[in-house]
Amino acid sequence: MTAPARTTVAAPTRRSPTISSSRKAMNNVMLGLCVAATALTLAVLAWIFGYVLIQGARHVNLAFFTNLPAPVGEPDGGFLNALVGTAIMVGVASAIAIPIGVFAGIYLAEFGVGWLAWTVRFVNDTLNATPSIVAGLFAYTLIVLETHRFSAFAGSVALAVLMIPTITRTTEEMIRLVPRALREGALALGVPEWGMTLQIVLPAAASGVVTGIMLAVARVSGETAALLFTAFNNRFLSASLNEPMSSVPVQVYTYAIAPYEDWHHQAWAGALVLVTLVACFSAAVRLATRNRHQSLT
Amino acid sequence: MAAVHTGSIATTPTTARRHSLQRRGPPALRGWITLDPLFRKVCAAFGLSIVSLLGFVVYELLRGSSASLARFGASFVFDRIWDPVAEKFGAATFVYGTAVTSVIALLIAVPLGIGIAIFLVEMAPRAVREVAGFLVELLAAIPSIVYGLWGLFVLAPIVRDGLAPVLRTTLGFLPLFTGPSYGLGMLTAGLILAVMVLPFIAAVSRDVLSAVPQMQREGSLALGATKWETIWHVVLPYGRAGISGAVILALGRALGETMAVTMVIGNSPQIVASLFAPGYTMSSVIANEYSEASGQLYLSSLTELGLLLFVVTFAVNGVARLLIWRMSRGAEGSRA
Repeated sequence: MTAPARTTVAAPTRRSPTISSSRKAMNNVMLGLCVAATALTLAVLAWIFGYVLIQGARHVNLAFFTNLPAPVGEPDGGFLNALVGTAIMVGVASAIAIPIGVFAGIYLAEFGVGWLAWTVRFVNDTLNATPSIVAGLFAYTLIVLETHRFSAFAGSVALAVLMIPTITRTTEEMIRLVPRALREGALALGVPEWGMTLQIVLPAAASGVVTGIMLAVARVSGETAALLFTAFNNRFLSASLNEPMSSVPVQVYTYAIAPYEDWHHQAWAGALVLVTLVACFSAAVRLATRNRHQSLT
Repeated sequence: MAAVHTGSIATTPTTARRHSLQRRGPPALRGWITLDPLFRKVCAAFGLSIVSLLGFVVYELLRGSSASLARFGASFVFDRIWDPVAEKFGAATFVYGTAVTSVIALLIAVPLGIGIAIFLVEMAPRAVREVAGFLVELLAAIPSIVYGLWGLFVLAPIVRDGLAPVLRTTLGFLPLFTGPSYGLGMLTAGLILAVMVLPFIAAVSRDVLSAVPQMQREGSLALGATKWETIWHVVLPYGRAGISGAVILALGRALGETMAVTMVIGNSPQIVASLFAPGYTMSSVIANEYSEASGQLYLSSLTELGLLLFVVTFAVNGVARLLIWRMSRGAEGSRA
């Protein structure tokens, strides 16, 4: 007799004066919408990934990696020129961007106080978000206009402009994670500042710095807009930095907007290669940074 | 790297080697200590090179667009006519296309992105948060050409055959949703842009919401607020500056995005009310016409479009950075 009476009385008095049913409903609806937003986004992600995966897997084959482009209608055309071109241009861009990015990152992490460092950091962050087509325009007026020809070198310079801010930023962040005690230990043993930075701090942050470089490489490997009118395109295999050079994203673009069915198929295969590359890099970066945070904090 | 931490245990081979290295090191290095000022200067020079890179980019763009700047002046931005044959160039149609597609993208992506951030920070268990966070980051890393490919072959037909007819029958009284849809148009471009900027909004908002002190939430909950009321009245206002920064950052991305938009917008320089109609953006016209442009004035006008784009995105990103820094300065200070 008493037990049911207590539950019917106690429950409303404890809850209803503070949280009305409309407020509870509002709570549930809005939190539900947040879950729905996440689910919707993940569904779109799965859709895009799944579509690229299926279409790409259907059309990727050995010839794709080993053959040059074939004329329309002929089978067994490939992306060899584009794969080699991307590798060369990203390599040259890395050679330009890595020293600048790493040392600028060291500057910001080790000596980065005052208005000058603030300016560098601010400019770096805003450069990082510069549209890639602007990097292409820069390389065009700087190199293509002067030499009167599209060239792989101009493309590499455009890519380097896009890589530098990413490398600078991650290098700074990773070097900041190196414990203070390590620096103090080195200095206490009489190591000069530059020796401490280059021989103790930089090696300790090496995996993180490499991660940042990989991130930048992954980003520019899929870069199209910066290469459209700098490196242009080339149907043949070329290793000369003074000649136009093909790249995977530009060739995907050329094939996608062409009205030929078999070129579309190859474009999907190219897209699959790009997505695989990016996914692998992202996963590696994720793993590397997670271990890093665990070991240093 | 772990060996570095256990420096006090002299028995591990790594530390033993390090000790001998350091015993030999200081006397050899001591003579080199005079290099320190030089090292600082070299590092500072590399830091400065980033600032000069910015100056260099601006200089080259100005140089490239000097002919157009001299010929058209300020009217370049407001003139609608883009006629390479008559050598008359005005950017208004491209500015319009860029603005409209970016607005569509933000209208869709902002609520979704903030919703994701709320889910990840306030609701999701740790494991879900990590996995969903990674997937959202992955979405941000996909090259724009892949989005373009998907937009061209998958999204555009869906807009033409599914979305456009539905919008026309339900919202057809608005001039925005009238006329035929060929799939390629400003609506499709806005949709693909929304998918592309969504991860930025979600990721940055997530970081901002994570920086809101736990005490704020506990105080609100203790006063009897529901979880949603706590989020709406306490957490979101606290992170307002940072979330605005995230949105403006996303705007910067949307304004400058090139390839995906070029592939789905239809590339037709016109200003019409209907979102189904094809349009053209600043970055798309550069991508499409630059390598084939003949004549100095033509090239120069395209470069000026790039300069305009650069100035606008730089300003937009600068504002966003300032907002985010103001928000996260406290959190970063405690971390360092």
